Amino acid sequence: MGKVRCAIVGTGNIGTDLMLKLGRSELLELALVVGIDPQSEGLALAKRLGYETTVDGIEGFRARYRELGLEIVFEATSARVHAAHAPVYRELGVTAIDLTPAALGPLVIPYVNIGDVLAEPNLNLGTCGAQATVPIVAAISSVTPVPYAEIVSTIASKSAGPGTRQNIDEFTRTTARALVQVGRAERGKAIIVLNPAEPPILMRNTVYAALDGAADREAIVGAIEETVARVQGYVPGYRLKVAPVFDEEKVTVFLEVEGAGDYLPPYAGNLDIMTAAAVRVGEEVARARLAQAQAKEARGA
Amino acid sequence: MSEGRWVRLIDSTLRDGSHALSHQFRRQDVVRIARGLDEAGVGTIEISHGDGLGGSSFNYGFSREDELELLSAAAQVVRQARLAVLLLPGIGTKEELAAAYERGARVARIATHCTEADIAIQHIGMAKEMGMEAIGFLMMAHMIGPAELLHQARIMQEAGADCVYVTDSAGALTPRGTRERVRALVDGLQVAVGIHAHNNLGLAVANSLAAVEEGASYVDGCLGGLGAGAGNAPLEVVAAVLELEGYRTGVDWLRLIEVSEEAVLPIMARPQIIDGPSLVMGYAGVYSSFLLHTFRAAERFGVDPKQIILELGRRKVVGGEEDKIVEVAAQLARGQRPYPGGGSGGP
Repeated sequence: MGKVRCAIVGTGNIGTDLMLKLGRSELLELALVVGIDPQSEGLALAKRLGYETTVDGIEGFRARYRELGLEIVFEATSARVHAAHAPVYRELGVTAIDLTPAALGPLVIPYVNIGDVLAEPNLNLGTCGAQATVPIVAAISSVTPVPYAEIVSTIASKSAGPGTRQNIDEFTRTTARALVQVGRAERGKAIIVLNPAEPPILMRNTVYAALDGAADREAIVGAIEETVARVQGYVPGYRLKVAPVFDEEKVTVFLEVEGAGDYLPPYAGNLDIMTAAAVRVGEEVARARLAQAQAKEARGA
Repeated sequence: MSEGRWVRLIDSTLRDGSHALSHQFRRQDVVRIARGLDEAGVGTIEISHGDGLGGSSFNYGFSREDELELLSAAAQVVRQARLAVLLLPGIGTKEELAAAYERGARVARIATHCTEADIAIQHIGMAKEMGMEAIGFLMMAHMIGPAELLHQARIMQEAGADCVYVTDSAGALTPRGTRERVRALVDGLQVAVGIHAHNNLGLAVANSLAAVEEGASYVDGCLGGLGAGAGNAPLEVVAAVLELEGYRTGVDWLRLIEVSEEAVLPIMARPQIIDGPSLVMGYAGVYSSFLLHTFRAAERFGVDPKQIILELGRRKVVGGEEDKIVEVAAQLARGQRPYPGGGSGGP
């Protein structure tokens, strides 16, 4: 199998971490890194690593996408900028994987719903809280109906960027919606806590799922552990902190997310899970494209 | 020294007091307490889930009655008092603040951990836009020094806050620590400064008085000291002490005693005292609202609540991290062995 060529737009911390992860992908080839600030550390690193770069932003992307054969773009700018870029990607027929809070396309969580949305022109990664907790809620939902799911994400203050801080309601709203739409809980609630402790704490998530008293606890634990192992496939530092705790009305699941420490520090598991999930989503899109191309070739031959 | 200076008393019986009742206030309790406070001349009455709007949850405990309904019920009986709500960004949202305004809330108290003031900028701005009074709450104020606290308070002032509070959520400040922080804010801000004290070290009233002497002009209290941990500064005591010291509050403290005895004492779930775990909270600097959650976890996992609290203090958990209580209790019960990843589930 060959590789599908992709670009990163945005050379901040997230874009740079993504670049390091894409360098290891067997299905994606990073062919262009797009920035707007010639002084940016991310662009300098991209050049050092031998990647094609442009500082002309979306116009630079438009000018080169055909020549470079770009099929996928990872957007790591801001919600506002992505809203402006999205129509361009669409017009050019490039699949956008959106790491901003713009939420223009459907929310995608690797393994949970990726099969349903693979053909969409724009996929969004939602929030770190959703990436960390929706797989668990979906796992429980696969065993028993979940009338209500609630999550608490605690992240290191240092890992909360200005975007999150300026609009913290967006996190709670988007994450709560994801618990319902993708996790298949009937109702959802999300809470986020910033903790300034030094050294910075690892990202923590607690998932509460209301349960019917007769729910099969063993099956629930099995589904949770299977899911944790699957997420570990792209976020190795994703783990249960203690065994799931059951009581009459609910199960409580305690998760910790340690980042891979590519460009972002290991405590920022909340950012790492976003870039790792983005790569995994990109790879699934690429796999589908390659299979399609192969089928076409076979028919042609 | 006091020269008859005005001090504004804000009652939080129906908000912080809610913690002590595990958020089980009934409509009739709220009506009686709000009416009594209003008659006694208390000008501002805070009503919300203990953890603020939207706090009703697994993590913080579900409210027995919808906080917005309770707000409406109080709005119908108060004649002079303004109704306040608490909102912790990250738990409650702007939608809930707008809904509270619809039900009659006119004072928005926006609370963040003491180092995270910038997450409140939107909510303070929105409160002001709606014509509400906005009060900033810097929680767990013992965790940072006066200069850093002032820096954070300025962020709230800039966002439009009419007053910023030194909020001693862990009841961990002594009068000295209270004075340093209040003085820094009084000297460095253009807006008013408030004090919200907890009694875990038995210093809530002393700290409140110390704060007023340093120039704080807003003081929180709860009838009978009802509140998280060992409770808040008892409002009737604060009112009496301030009057004794020559300050003016406009509140009839003798009437407050009656309201406290008639409407609050009978519904207390437990005596509002400084028990061992509360004292350990003050000493270790742990968020007071954790107390009853800690008792439940301690019982369930068969560990000493004081050990849970000490461990939470070592981990520097902040307000809102109630989920860590069960985790710590489970770990203490297991003797700290890491989760092996297998097994049949909970203990």
